[in-house]
Amino acid sequence: MVMFWVALLAISILIYLLLDGFDLGIGMLFGLTRSEANRSAMLSTVAPVWDGNETWLVVSGVILWGAFPVAYSVLLSAFYVPVIVMLLGLILRGVAFEFRNKALRTRWIWEAGFAGGSLAASFMQGAMVGALVRGLAFVDGEYTGGALGWLSPFSLLCGAGLCLGYMLLGACWLVRKCDGVVRVTARRQIPILAMGVLGFLILVFIYALAEHLPILHRWIDRPYLFVFPAIGAAAAAVLATSILRHNDYWPFHMVSLIFASAFGTLALSFWPYMIPFVITIDEAAAPHSSLAFMFWGEGLFVFPLLLVYTAVGYRVFRGKVGPVVGHY
Amino acid sequence: MDMTALLLSRIQFGFTISFHIIFPSFTIGLAAWLTVLESMRLVTGRPVYQTLFEFWLKIFGVAFGLGVVSGVVMAFQFGTNWSVLSRMSGPIQGPLLSYETFTAFMLEAGFFGVLIFGRKRVAPGFYLFSTAMVAVGTTLSAFWIMTNNSWMQFPVGYAFRDGAFVPDDWTKIIFNSVVWVRFPHMLLASYLTGAFCVAATGAWYLLRRTYRAEARIMLRMGLFLAAVLIPLQLVFGHLVGDYVHQHQPAKFAAIEARWHDEQPASEVLIAIPDSTTETNRFEIKIPVLGSIIGSMSLTSKEIGLTDFPPEDRPPVFVPFMTFRIMVGCGLIMLALAWLGSYLMAKGRIERSRLLLWLIFLSFSLPFIAILTGWYTAEIGRQPWTVYGVLRTADAVTPFLTAPAAMTSLILFGAVYAFIFSFGTYYIYRLLRAGPVAAAPKAWETAVPSRPMSLADGGPAAARGYVGAGE
Ligand code: HDD
Ligand code: HEM
Ligand code: HEM
Repeated sequence: MVMFWVALLAISILIYLLLDGFDLGIGMLFGLTRSEANRSAMLSTVAPVWDGNETWLVVSGVILWGAFPVAYSVLLSAFYVPVIVMLLGLILRGVAFEFRNKALRTRWIWEAGFAGGSLAASFMQGAMVGALVRGLAFVDGEYTGGALGWLSPFSLLCGAGLCLGYMLLGACWLVRKCDGVVRVTARRQIPILAMGVLGFLILVFIYALAEHLPILHRWIDRPYLFVFPAIGAAAAAVLATSILRHNDYWPFHMVSLIFASAFGTLALSFWPYMIPFVITIDEAAAPHSSLAFMFWGEGLFVFPLLLVYTAVGYRVFRGKVGPVVGHY
Repeated sequence: MDMTALLLSRIQFGFTISFHIIFPSFTIGLAAWLTVLESMRLVTGRPVYQTLFEFWLKIFGVAFGLGVVSGVVMAFQFGTNWSVLSRMSGPIQGPLLSYETFTAFMLEAGFFGVLIFGRKRVAPGFYLFSTAMVAVGTTLSAFWIMTNNSWMQFPVGYAFRDGAFVPDDWTKIIFNSVVWVRFPHMLLASYLTGAFCVAATGAWYLLRRTYRAEARIMLRMGLFLAAVLIPLQLVFGHLVGDYVHQHQPAKFAAIEARWHDEQPASEVLIAIPDSTTETNRFEIKIPVLGSIIGSMSLTSKEIGLTDFPPEDRPPVFVPFMTFRIMVGCGLIMLALAWLGSYLMAKGRIERSRLLLWLIFLSFSLPFIAILTGWYTAEIGRQPWTVYGVLRTADAVTPFLTAPAAMTSLILFGAVYAFIFSFGTYYIYRLLRAGPVAAAPKAWETAVPSRPMSLADGGPAAARGYVGAGE
């Protein structure tokens, strides 16, 4: 049972990262664009799907609470500040989608809210991951780090890194979904962003070495973990060639693969801990009666339906959106 | 009282949930109303039902969107501010909320797209089915959340092991009598909200002498529905009161502002309860009625607050007042719905402008009743979070600091005030423009999952005034 729910949690988080990743990324790229036509085109590539994407955050959140209540309570309370900022960011960007096109003179507020909200939410997500990797302060299983315990140069670095990563995903999505100027711009951004992500990874590695982060030992103990970076590297190579060959389809999938391998690396290097090196998966898990109750209904029957629904949603909106679409 | 993290967290939770509940209670009712309209259209084939459907669908969209954004916040607030609660009750509340997400939100999200985008793409029967599924989704969501909250009000089916509430009987948790009176009470409240909003809109157009045909239908359907539902709601209200009497005697005493045991008990109609002197000021009461309401008897003894040690007593003033406001709203709604339906049946309602005005203003009553009802239930539950077993003071995140909680509260306040003003302004604009002006265009261009885009191209474009708040 516990294994089942770990797997489902991991799948949900990964789906969230990829799906909301590209639309948060587009939110940030949106902030870099000035032209009205481009902005509308960018919005219309995510408009039909962003809400469903965000629901995966709720799905991950409630799986965490139901199946691993200890982890839910510790993580959310220790990350009070970043979680609240992330939620506020998500609200602002969510309503901006809806309100932007109703305002004329106040439009800039919603545009700023859209870009700023996306940025804040992405940055905080990255910072939280960074804080987890670096390790939170615990005494006897109780969090003792205070309101800013998550804050460190390393977590800030990770926040910036995730923003770059999301923007890269977003740019690939734009290349896939758009024509014209938007596509050309995004295509130019991809190499820059990809170099940025690479630079970030190198920095992280140096930092981990310099600080003797405990996670390093994991990599030394578990050489098979290097499978993931290898997959990532292969994906990066395909990404580079597909960019050179002007292919619109592959970049997004390759960047997704890179994300998945990064996620896999992290997850397996934490294993068997849920909160690194303090609380294990088994310690965090809910009692059997809770897990079984969830398993026999939502786990077995409803979760597959969620996947089907998501897939169908994307099928309906497949293909390019066309130049400055009639969605608006 | 100084501003502790505990107090701030309570204010923050109360504020964000109050904001949230406004939208679900509206959308649950509206989704059901849309289903009715669509069936009527299929059965009678009259175009006016389609006009009405499309009109209300837009308003539904805006409210639904605000409900979603504010709901996401709720799902995480248990962990941020109430970490002890979420750790201890996670094995029970977590699975219940996850069922809500998996079953209800999926249905809503899945079929909402069809509802907005699919009119031309799917068969009429399937379209009706989708509408009904959205309604079912919102209802399921209300069911799971009421189960969840009822468990906090009346914890059953668990054992206390290793510092956590471990569920050992899910059927008890889900099928206990408390859930099955509170869920209908909440559901009826939502339907009444829908009914009164629809009727009020009809009354408004009649007062303005526009959209007569649509307005009559709205007024008639809204009033008749309310006239049937309101008595039912009062019955369920009474049953909810029974459960409080039985399981939460301290809350019941607070609602009744009864400080000392009485036999037979009188019923305080109105007073200003004063907890320092443990008496009521300016009290008006009716002898014996208290025993009748509490126990259906002329002689029963009813318990007073002083039976409980001070640290186990809830605040008295707020539950006492909010309960009376809720019941008062219910009685006014009863009077309006019955009088209105009577005049409607006689065909005289359009001549009674005063009544039309009152019905127009009555759209606020169900919202007030819902908020005050929740305040009665939640504040009356204090000082417990899980009734009788976990105190609110022990449930809060232990290391949360007052400055952190204060900052988040201020930020939520500012952001919600901002989006609330714009959201209600857009709904107002849609309502003001009316069913016909707003009909076809937005319909074609709206994109699913972007609920609020439904307000586009409507009134502002049609009438040529400029965008939001300008
Ligand atoms: C009686 C009804 C009711 C009550 C008391 C609540 N909700 Fe709610 N909620 C709904 C009825 C609802 C709804 C009607 O189902 C909504 C409104 C719009 C929507 O999409 O679903 C919703 C939306 C909604 C969403 C967004 C769903 C999405 O992503 O699509 C979340 C996460 C929550 N709610 C969570 C909560 C929590 C944690 C609550 C309490 C503490 C809560 N709701 C109280
Ligand atoms: C939707 C309508 C609801 C409203 C208007 C509402 C209102 C409130 C208010 C005003 C408080 C503060 C009480 C005080 O501090 O004295 C509160 C507290 C709380 N409520 Fe509710 N509530 C609602 C639904 C729920 C639901 C559905 C749940 C659980 C699933 C819930 C759980 C809590 C918790 C955990 C607290 C904080 C701890 C406490 O003060 O008891 N509430 N609510
Ligand atoms: C004679 C009329 C009514 C009576 C006797 C009554 C009784 C009650 C009682 C005793 C509670 C507290 C339940 C608790 O503590 O858990 C309550 C809660 C509530 N009431 Fe009423 N009520 C009446 C009318 C209404 C009306 C007309 C509405 C709305 C249209 C309404 C909406 C609510 C809501 C939303 C709650 C909070 C949810 C809950 O606790 O179940 N009530 N009601």
